[in-house]
Parts: sequence; C-alpha cells; structure tokens
Amino acid sequence: MKLSMPSRALVAIAAALLLLLFVTPLWRISLQAPQYPEGLGLKIELTTVTGVEENDLQNINSLNHYIGMKAIDPATIGVLRVMPWAVAGLALFGFVVAAVGRRALLYAWMTSFVVFGVAGMVMFWWWQYDYGHHLDMEHAIIKIPGMSYQPPLIGVKQLLNFRATSMPDVGGWLVAVAFVLGAVAVFRTVRCHARASALG
Amino acid sequence: MKQSALVRRWAAVAGVVGLAFATGSCTRKTASSGGLVAGDAASRVYVPPGSYDEFYAFLSGGFSGQVNVYGLPSGRLLKEIPVFSQFAQDGYGYDEDSRDMLTTTAGFIPWDDAHHPEISMTDGVPDGRWLFINANNTPRLARIDLTRFETDEILEIPNAAGGHASPFVTPDTRYIVSATRFSIPIPQADVPIAEYARHFKGTISFVRADQPGKMDIAFQILMPGFDYDIAHAGKGPSDGWFFFTTYNTERAHEKLELNASQNDKDYVAAINYRRAEQCVAEGKARDVAARYLHHFVDPATHQTRTETRSSVKLLEAAKCEGVAYFLPTPKSPHGADVDPSGEYIVASGKLAAVIPVHSFTKMQAAIAARKFDKMEEGIPVLNYEAVLAGEVKNPGLGPLHTEFDGKGNAYTTMFISSEIVKWKLGTWQVEDRIPVYYSPGHLMIPGGDSKKPWGKYLVSLNKITKDRYLPTGPEMSQSAQLIDISGPKMQMLLDFPTIGEPHYAQAIPASLIRDRVVKYAKLADNHDPWVTRSEADGGIQRTGKRVDVKMIAIRSHFAPDNLEGIQVGDTVYFHVTNIEQDWDIVHGFAMFKNPNAELILSPGETRTLRWIAPAPGIYPFYCTDFCSALHQEMQGYVRVSPAGSSVPLSANVARRK
Repeated sequence: MKLSMPSRALVAIAAALLLLLFVTPLWRISLQAPQYPEGLGLKIELTTVTGVEENDLQNINSLNHYIGMKAIDPATIGVLRVMPWAVAGLALFGFVVAAVGRRALLYAWMTSFVVFGVAGMVMFWWWQYDYGHHLDMEHAIIKIPGMSYQPPLIGVKQLLNFRATSMPDVGGWLVAVAFVLGAVAVFRTVRCHARASALG
Repeated sequence: MKQSALVRRWAAVAGVVGLAFATGSCTRKTASSGGLVAGDAASRVYVPPGSYDEFYAFLSGGFSGQVNVYGLPSGRLLKEIPVFSQFAQDGYGYDEDSRDMLTTTAGFIPWDDAHHPEISMTDGVPDGRWLFINANNTPRLARIDLTRFETDEILEIPNAAGGHASPFVTPDTRYIVSATRFSIPIPQADVPIAEYARHFKGTISFVRADQPGKMDIAFQILMPGFDYDIAHAGKGPSDGWFFFTTYNTERAHEKLELNASQNDKDYVAAINYRRAEQCVAEGKARDVAARYLHHFVDPATHQTRTETRSSVKLLEAAKCEGVAYFLPTPKSPHGADVDPSGEYIVASGKLAAVIPVHSFTKMQAAIAARKFDKMEEGIPVLNYEAVLAGEVKNPGLGPLHTEFDGKGNAYTTMFISSEIVKWKLGTWQVEDRIPVYYSPGHLMIPGGDSKKPWGKYLVSLNKITKDRYLPTGPEMSQSAQLIDISGPKMQMLLDFPTIGEPHYAQAIPASLIRDRVVKYAKLADNHDPWVTRSEADGGIQRTGKRVDVKMIAIRSHFAPDNLEGIQVGDTVYFHVTNIEQDWDIVHGFAMFKNPNAELILSPGETRTLRWIAPAPGIYPFYCTDFCSALHQEMQGYVRVSPAGSSVPLSANVARRK
C-alpha cells in the first residue's frame, strides 16, 4: 500500500530539515562565572566544535588546563567525521521514502531515525563523560578528590566557579521537529492502514 | 579701572575672605557644600555598582604629563593614560617599544607638562576618535587613540618654546594648532635678552591631524614677539579662522608680572588660515631648516617608529596680507572662546574688570572698512569699539575661561573671586553665580567649546584645594567640582580630587566611545618582529653580546621559564608576548635588580624589556599583574654565568601542549 501524499510531504520536509544541520549548530554549552559576566560558550556543529565568540574555545581550553582536562580539538573527535555521513544518509533515505511512498520504507526510516537519535545522544554523553572524567591528574593544577567536570546532557550544572548550561541549538530543535513530522507521518499511516483493514 | 584701584579691590576681597576664615574656622567642621542639600546631590551623582557613567571626561594631568580619564557624574577615576612622562606603572617610556616616544631633538625627555586635551571633531562636534594634547614645556603634540586609550603619536614642534596655545582643533580636524608661549629668536640665536624687542618672535604652527600616524606641520606663521596663550578655532560663519589670545604685548623680558601688565589692552590674534594656505600655495612661505622628530606607533608591530624631519614652511604674517589681525582685548586675556554659533569670541582678561566679547560679523566689517588703530609689525590692529559685540560688566574678578551650554548661556571662571559666573550671550547680563573651592582655572562643559554642547554638567578645575579633603601634608591634590547646569540656577553636586594639575578638560557622551573600545589585540594581527604566538615558538638566541629571549605569558606561566647560558655583560632583550585572547587578562614581567621598569602586557601584545646581566647568579622574574589563582606561581629564573663561561645557552620550551 502506498503512503498518502500528505505523509510523503511530511517526510520530505523532515528530510529537508535534516539537511539544514549542515548550516546550523546542533547543541550549545554555555559557561557563566563571576569573572566571566559575558560568558563563554561552545557550539557543537555537525562537523566541528567551535567557540560562540571568536576565542571562546581557546579560552575554555586555557581554563581547562587547570583541572587537567584535555584540550578540545575538533580534529581529534572521530564522531565528527561520521556525523555528516549519518545525517546525509538519513536525509537521503527520507527523500527516497517520500519519492517511493512505500509504508515499509517509512517504518524502516523512522526506525533508523530513532537509532540515529539515541546513538547521537549516547555518543554526545560519552564525549562529555570522557572530557569530564579522564583528567590528566599528573599535570592537573587544581585537584579536587571525587570531582568530575562532565557538563549535563541537557540542563544546568555547577562546575566549580562555572555554571554550565547545555541546551539544543537551532539544529537540535530542527532534528526534533523533523522527528515529530516523521512520527506524524507514521501515526497517519498506521491509522489509515487500520481503517483500511477494518473496512476491508 | 586703574591698576591701583584694581589692586585695592582685590586686597579688600582677600581681606573679607580672610575674615570669613578667621571667624568661621572654629565652628565649621567641614568645608562648604555650596548650599545644596547633600542627599539630593548624592542621588544625582550616584552611579550604582556595575552601572556606567554618562560621560567620559578627559582631564589633563598638567605637571604629571599625562591624561586622566574620569566618569561623570560620579567623578570616578577610570584610567591614567601616559603621554609625555615616563610611567613606571606600565613601562611606558621605559620599554623598548615605547621609549622612543619621549625622544626629542634634545634627546630623551622623561617629563613634560600636559595642558590642553582636545577631542577630534567632525563638523564642529566632538566625535570621540582621538584626543590630542600638548606638551607645554618642550613643545610637542600627541594623539591618543580612543579605541585603546593609548598614546599613538607625538610630533615635536620646532621654532617654538613652550607650546601653550595648543592643540586646539579645527571643526573638521584638518588642523590642530600650536602657538609658542615664549617668543624666542627664530631661528634660535645667542643674543642679549635685553634685545628682546629686536630678536624675539612668536610662531603659530598649523599641524595636519586628520590622518593617524601622519601628523605634520603644514606651515608656521611668524608672529610678533608676544606670548601666545590659548586659542580656539572659528566655526559656522567664522569657520576658517583661528583666534589666539596674547599677553606681554609690551615685549617685556624681565619682571613680567609687572612689566607685561602695563598695556591697557593686549590682543586676540585672528588668523585666517585659509588665507595662509593660499599664501603658502603661492610660494610666499620660506622653507626654513628645522629639525624635529615625529613618532608614531606602527599599527602592525605596536613598536614606535621615528622620523626625523628637517624643514618647515615659515610664512611671515606681514608678507601675507589678510592672514592676521589683532583685536584689542583688555588686560592679559587667557581664554579665547568661540560660542556655538561661531559669531562671538569671548576673551577673558585675567586683570580686566569686564569680559569683552568680540563679534565676528563686526570684525569682518571693520576689516572691510579698514578701521585700523595702528600696525604691529605689519599686522593691522582693529579698533576695539568697532569689533566689540558687548562687555559683561562686573562679572567678578579674574575672568579666565568661558564655555557654553548651547542654550544661549556662557559660563566663565573667576580665578580671583573664586566663582563661576553664568551670563547670557547677547544681553551680556550676569544670570547666576556660584562659589567654587578654590580659584578655578579652566572649566569644562561636555562639548562646551563645540557647535553642540551637551549642556548638563559643568566641571570646575580648581587650582587651590586647602580644606576640601582630609589634609595630606603641605601639598594637596588639586580638586575638580561638578556643577549641574541643567536648570536656571547652577547647583554644586560633587568634589573629586584630580591628579597633577588639570589645565583643561574635554568630555563626551560615553555612547560615542564605549562600544568601539578594543578588548584585546588579535594575536594573528600582531606583527611585532619578536612576537611568539605559541609556547613551542619561544626560545633564546645569541648574537655576540646580545641575547634575545622570546617568551610567552599565559595563565599561569611564562614559557620558557628557565634561561641559562647568559653571561655577565650580555645585553638581554626579553620579548614577552601575552598570548591570552580575552579581555582584561593582563600579565606583567618584572626582572630582579633591573634598573628600569616592568612590562605590562595587554592580551595579544608583545613588548620588549632590555636588561644587562650584572653579575653571576640566579635572577628570578615574575608576573606583576594578578592574573589568575596561580599568579603567584607565575615566575621563572635566569642563570647568569661569568663572561666566557662554557654553560650552553638554553631555554626550556614547550613542556605543556
């Protein structure tokens, strides 16, 4: 059975939104401290990690050396190599679903979307955990027993003098919207199929 | 008024004041508040913690040689900008990068007397790009960049001694001027002082100032041997003219206090500088040999670059008809202040009983009708009545300097009667007066010498402080007072102590500067030949007896921080780069037993300290600006070995990634 035109349109829009991740940041970690009234921030993008302001990344790395955290260097973060392919693949798959319009493909696409989302968050969490816990204690200047510096996945956490706020950026919200559009398409399809079965 | 009558009058005033002190001192616990309810004034000058002042005010440091930046209305000191004096606090004038700023054709001069700050203007209104200021002793002009609040350029003025009537700016900032306070033989010559009248001349220099790093003397005008005091450019209808007060038109050379106060009237010199430009273009100026130095901070390297110049175009006023006129003005005038419309020129005679106001329109008519009373060395002296717009009668004693509020009022300091007098342009009637403590020299209204004053506050720059603050020995700091001039009556709001002796000030709404201020220098744009951009790039090298150390400073260490192989008698240059890229993260560099000053390094900046290794031993160095929690650990060591030692030259670089 073919998907309805509105459902196919929803999937196409969702796929198009995913492509916008190539030009919008996914996530933002903001840091606020008494002597940083203007704040410092990290932008996590599909292919890189940058500072919100020009020298934020450098300044965050400079501060992090006190606690023995390794420097954040986008070139050494392997997941950033994979992410663009994953997102491009997911978007392409979405366009195929919309073009072909087969129900099974839609379910397969949404399943891969869920896997992508969960895997993405897990990798992000692991990345944060790695930086926050695997400290170079031999060269750390400030050592506080039991203290780790993992920022929250989403939400607010006090890390020494810094208040770290982690929230989706524009790209993160676009993924959420794309997922909702996909879910609506699935919901519509399931409902239509159920009606058709009942009538049939 | 006759001289003797005037003297009697001051004596009487002095007596009355003295009596007031004598009778009041045993009951009065604090100095006078000027009659204002203190609580009311407090709320009007209170800037809550974390909030900003409404105005930047730039007060000259006088004999401190510097410029001091205050916030108004709070009167809080924001910064001391070194200009003409060495400033051990940040190494200005000591380190290799800035030391040349203070060299002159007479060699290195560590001090001068900074007098009159002037903000650059666009269309006759202060624009907040640059602040100019003059050195009064060894005549020089400086430009301060108002994105970094640092001295960027200094130009020496030849053929001049004492650059007092300086550095007033034209409405388009094309020129700033410098007129000599002392007349001297031009060119300099060994002559008997008694032959003053025969040999001594004055000069007025017009300096191109509209391009940073390119200040130069466009031409000098040779004038009679008077003392030139203060100036202001014309504006509006009088645009293209400049007005200078003169004293000692008697050409006295001894006991000036008496001998330069003989003439009933001195002059305001009106200079038509567009006419001067014409005469120079027509070849009427002579090229005169004159060595002078020009220093400017190279924007790429932040090092001082020096050019030696060798001649100026000297135009004799008498050989360029229409370039100069004298307006008779009673008794040793100080301020030459042009009102916002450009029509009135207020010249305050220090010893005069009136404030005369000249009319530009009437001056033009008098010139056209050739109403000349006499000639002074070929320059026409116009008839006093023919150019006079009006006189402010009985204004007080010792009028010095006038500024305007843009609402038709003028405000004049009265040095002797120690008050500020508000009077109306056109009616010449005194409207209000307020005592100030004590003996004001200049006053300042933000934009008060421009086309559009921000007529809300007035700052009185007082010369004598005495009992205004807790006593601090025989010498008290000088004092400024903030007065509210927004209403019909002036209201005293605040006293605040000042550094050195402010001779003049300028202020401008903070919004015109605040958002353009540089927060740090980008390391990528630092092209100092000795820049070290990362820890791995540091090092040490020897060239004969010279050793160059390239070092970085970042929270909380120097790299390298162990230096060996330096030998007694080596000249060591520490080229330290602050590689921080964050606002106000500043490091210092101080060397044990260094007979010089420290370095203060703003983020992204490279500076160089020269040190001669004195004797074998270990010489620690450390960071002097509390930069971080581990600032105290930010230190290192230099090992000095005897000359000819076999200790290899070494520096520990790039331990940390």
